[in-house]
Amino acid sequence: MAEKTLMKGNEALAEGAVRAGCRFFAGYPITPQNEIPEYMSWRLPEMGGTFIQAESEVAAINMLFGASACGARVMTSSSGPGISLKQEGISYCAGARLPIFYANVVRGGPGLGNIAPSQGDYYQATRGGGHGDYRVFVMAPGSVSEMANFPRKCYEVAFKYRIPSMILADGLLGQMMEPLEFDFEPVDTSTIPEPDWVLGVNEGRKRRVVRSYDLAPGKMEEFNLELDSIHSEVKANEVICETIETDDAELVLTGYGTSARVCKSAMALARKEGIKVGVIRPITIWPFPEKIFSEIADKVKNFLVVEMSLGQYIDDVKLSILGKAKIDLHKRPAGGIPVAEEILGVIKQILGKS
Amino acid sequence: MKKVFERTKGLVDIPMRYCPGCGHGVVHRLVAEVIEEMGMLKKAILIAPVGCSVFADEYFNTDAIQGAHGRGPAIATGLKRIKPECLVISYQGDGDLASIGMAETIHAANRAENISIIFINNAIYGMTGGQMAPTTLLGMKSTTCPAGRSVDVNGYPFKMCELLATLDGAYYLERTSVHAPANVIKTKKAIKKAFTYQMEGRGFTMVEILSQCPTDWNLTPLQAIERVKNEMISYFPLGVFKAPPKPTKQETVKV
Repeated sequence: MAEKTLMKGNEALAEGAVRAGCRFFAGYPITPQNEIPEYMSWRLPEMGGTFIQAESEVAAINMLFGASACGARVMTSSSGPGISLKQEGISYCAGARLPIFYANVVRGGPGLGNIAPSQGDYYQATRGGGHGDYRVFVMAPGSVSEMANFPRKCYEVAFKYRIPSMILADGLLGQMMEPLEFDFEPVDTSTIPEPDWVLGVNEGRKRRVVRSYDLAPGKMEEFNLELDSIHSEVKANEVICETIETDDAELVLTGYGTSARVCKSAMALARKEGIKVGVIRPITIWPFPEKIFSEIADKVKNFLVVEMSLGQYIDDVKLSILGKAKIDLHKRPAGGIPVAEEILGVIKQILGKS
Repeated sequence: MKKVFERTKGLVDIPMRYCPGCGHGVVHRLVAEVIEEMGMLKKAILIAPVGCSVFADEYFNTDAIQGAHGRGPAIATGLKRIKPECLVISYQGDGDLASIGMAETIHAANRAENISIIFINNAIYGMTGGQMAPTTLLGMKSTTCPAGRSVDVNGYPFKMCELLATLDGAYYLERTSVHAPANVIKTKKAIKKAFTYQMEGRGFTMVEILSQCPTDWNLTPLQAIERVKNEMISYFPLGVFKAPPKPTKQETVKV
């Protein structure tokens, strides 16, 4: 579909997932992501798929566990508190190598918090989130158009490596409307070959078992090391990152998602005043674009991290730059949304310009 | 020579880890025999729970999946919705089904989810070493109620068949036991009914099976059987709690 259409971020994400082959959705209401299950409740039956409003987030993620084991492209979505409840099941999916896809439309926390946009779930998303040693492929959209087009990549990576994948958005991206174009043709799910681990009718093959445990001595360590090598492959092949005008920059602004959008506006304001500012915007936040940060830090000595949390994202920036440049933090947690002018002020302060 | 009996093809020929006198082995065999007799060995998916029967995924000669504690009915929902042609069996213990997984159990039943649950009620947490279960009898000792379960502290044991029987979505509910040969035979019949109803698309089915746990009850196998007979059945009466509506006279005539 090449034509432009106007959609709300949450609905764009839902439609993008359906076009990417999603045929099973289980979820539970929570603001600010309710448009996703609402959309799926009529859209999936239309496509011959299944929508279930589960009794809880815990049940929803376990419905995905079952449906994914049968090979379906599955999805769930929630916001912070609900994603916390799903973490047990996500860990089981990682342990059982099930390629689930989910979205966190983040709200302010901790606790019940509020329903305003936030980036407070960065650690939870990029460090696995549940118990045990695993990672999730995480994409961070910065526009409604990206909400619509990123699910396809998430399914692709999830099925290629058999790891969970997710979109880390926020209440702003979920609730706003923007024009968008889908950059891919809808996936015909009937043409996708069935993977060789799928449960079901087992005529002509050996029985299959999907599980996340192995009590035999040494076996779990072996499995973890295998997972580690898969993570390394994902790190080597699947990093996506946008860099803008970093070549001549005296300061690099960096953020992801909504923060990156504001960084771009702040960069434009600064350039207008003759202050040479660039932007690094990770699109995948796990795997993190460590190499790109490291290379740019060889030339640029000032970094300003902008995040709608108390300094979570900055840790990955630090781990990538490894002391090669000075890093400052501009933080606006739990409903605070930075604006370009205030960032410009911080840039001037750092560079000693009035 | 004519073969009069053979081991069911529904079980993998490996040693089981269950204790002497435990009811799981008997029930495993019954479930496996029914799957085989129904010709569903190539079309069954067994969900193993967390608990003593976690290893059921190794024992049944079918596709199998092992999931999070108590979430069997939710996992079964996902499996069955994607593969309606498969016989989906959630094998669960009392802690799994009636404590941590109570919400999943009730909601799957209420959705008339087309799945079958084999519910082993032995009134104790076996795998973790004998803690109090949601079905531990009043006065019965466990490692977390060493003086015996008391109403004041712990409330009452859950009667799951009775509780689920109030839901319109539950199609077939029966409580049986495996403490004596006649009961074993009745249990197999109940399992067959449940699986048959599932494949006919009639909704939620569950067979609750009273089972003995000599190890964690601190009894000999024979004493454990006596406890099922004398103490459990009086609190958890055997019988059918939800059954298909009997055909009316007219319908019977038509048949």
